[in-house]
Amino acid sequence: MPAEEIDRDTFAHLVHLAALELDEAQADYLRRELNHQLGAIHELEAIPLDADVPITSHGVPYPPEICPPLRADDWQPFPNTADILNQAPQVEEGYVVVPDIPHTTLE
Amino acid sequence: MELCDLSAHELSLLLRQGRVSAVEILESCLQRIARVDGRPGALEPGDPLPEDAERVHAFITLTAERARAQAEAVDRRLAAGEALGPLAGIPFTVKDIFCVQGTPSTAASRILANFVAPYTATPVARMEAAGAIMLGKVNLDEFTYGSSNESSAFRPTPRNPWKLDRVPGGSSGGSTASVAAGEAPLSLGTDTAGSIRQPAAFCGVVGVKPTYGRVSRYGLIAFGSSLDCPGPIARNVTDAALMLQAIAGPDPHDSTAANLPVPDYLAALEEGVKGLRIGLSPDYFRITFPDPERGEYDQQPIPAEIADAVRRAADVLADLGAEIIEDVPMPNTRYGIPAYFVISRVEAASNLHRYDGVKYGYRTPQPVQDLHEMYRKTRNEGFGLQPKLRILMGMYVSAAQYSAQYYQRALRVRTLIRRDFEQAFDPHGKYRLHALLTPTTPTTAFPLGAVYGDSVLMQYADQLTVPANHAGIPGISIPAGLDHEGLPIGIQFLGPDFSEALLLRIARAFERATEDAPWRQARPEVLQHLAAS
Repeated sequence: MPAEEIDRDTFAHLVHLAALELDEAQADYLRRELNHQLGAIHELEAIPLDADVPITSHGVPYPPEICPPLRADDWQPFPNTADILNQAPQVEEGYVVVPDIPHTTLE
Repeated sequence: MELCDLSAHELSLLLRQGRVSAVEILESCLQRIARVDGRPGALEPGDPLPEDAERVHAFITLTAERARAQAEAVDRRLAAGEALGPLAGIPFTVKDIFCVQGTPSTAASRILANFVAPYTATPVARMEAAGAIMLGKVNLDEFTYGSSNESSAFRPTPRNPWKLDRVPGGSSGGSTASVAAGEAPLSLGTDTAGSIRQPAAFCGVVGVKPTYGRVSRYGLIAFGSSLDCPGPIARNVTDAALMLQAIAGPDPHDSTAANLPVPDYLAALEEGVKGLRIGLSPDYFRITFPDPERGEYDQQPIPAEIADAVRRAADVLADLGAEIIEDVPMPNTRYGIPAYFVISRVEAASNLHRYDGVKYGYRTPQPVQDLHEMYRKTRNEGFGLQPKLRILMGMYVSAAQYSAQYYQRALRVRTLIRRDFEQAFDPHGKYRLHALLTPTTPTTAFPLGAVYGDSVLMQYADQLTVPANHAGIPGISIPAGLDHEGLPIGIQFLGPDFSEALLLRIARAFERATEDAPWRQARPEVLQHLAAS
């Protein structure tokens, strides 16, 4: 069994960054699966990669002839803004309401 | 045979001849749904009911009244002698990862369970503009994260119509189950690693993953933005071609939708395969996966009956005049899943940051001290395990200190996967293939509960489909036989960028040549029960 790459401290840091809050059973399952997945990911390290192999951020090339032209930067009002605003969990007088936003004083 | 069992192109003909109405077609589908689908997926389903195990459970939201209004409108146009769209009166289901204005658009997640879309996704809008009738939204793995449909927050989750104790595959499991069970002739799915082709293979239907950018992603709730492809699911190749015709093409709302004209997918459908070069690769006849206990890789041949189905298909195509090219090397196929574990997670984590309980969707009802606590509680309660797993992995492998080791490296491996296909399809190269013929999946449909929970093994269900997503190329899965348990086996054709017309033509040639094969007479278990009742 390979060593655990994501230990409890690293995992706790990731959970904080991800804005999650996990119970113990979830945390145990997720940390175990992350380490299993990293085991699979490590196979990538065995691949000989020449220094000149570039990254591919999407498979199909986008030469200019198949890129859609940029549209004019015109303001186009959405017809039913209420339908969008009504999706927010809490709204008052057209404003989305959230709990207190914590402030941090930068030093 | 009921109306709902007919194909889209047969129904279209009957409608235009005045022999059936759109409402009659719709009612036939609704009746089939009422008889075989059982209760729809729900967040709080309560205890399992005895009859749950005998039903398909494809749907989350049935929009019967909306559909009736659309069908009546088609019939009025028909009666008035007005022109009809190419899919007029044809019912279809929509994977619930697409926004449809005024309908719940849930992504099969608690965090979007109460979200009612304020606009309609382009592929759905195009289906409706072509006259097709949306029956409702069907189940999927939560946010499409899975290969069995078992990660949905909406339960009961779909079952495989061919054998009800098996998974339908995923993530478009509700789509393929609804088509296989005769609930609708067409369904709109998405494919990020195989999520159309794998469940199509498991459910014995046709599934097309178009070239990345061939079909607009506008209104699709995003998973892996460089990989996601909306596409058709149908019971035969002609119907898949009809549907792709309707949904493909440039879209001013999606800057990644290629600005290329859409060819006539039906025009060349019956032209056969004479003279076409179709390849077989040994790299698609074995699977490589890690043993979690030992941390080492095992390589196994794919099951003989799946390999045999592919070879039989090659023989059929050779008899029709295709040239079969053996031993095409695709050496980077095995790295598709490890690279996908990195790339898709980074993209998923990025896309999931928007769910925060502020703008739409679920917000925790618990009292909170501040905004940050609201975020944490909302996301913990709203997301299931699979989205959480993807967020955490995506953040880890893209962290500044690990990015070169993981994310950048995976994107470079993606280049190698793309090069495998470029070399195979290069018209001036050694192989000069028009298409590659492979198995779609390393197994047939596995039992419910057999794999779910093991996120590594589940991901390897996509090993033979994910390379096409990395490369962006199109693929089609079609039925090619049954295994010893009577479960469907799928074969896959992969081709160069924007070669959908050719892939459909090859698939149709195989379909026509095997029309009378005994395995084509077999029917899903759920329809056998129906016939016997």
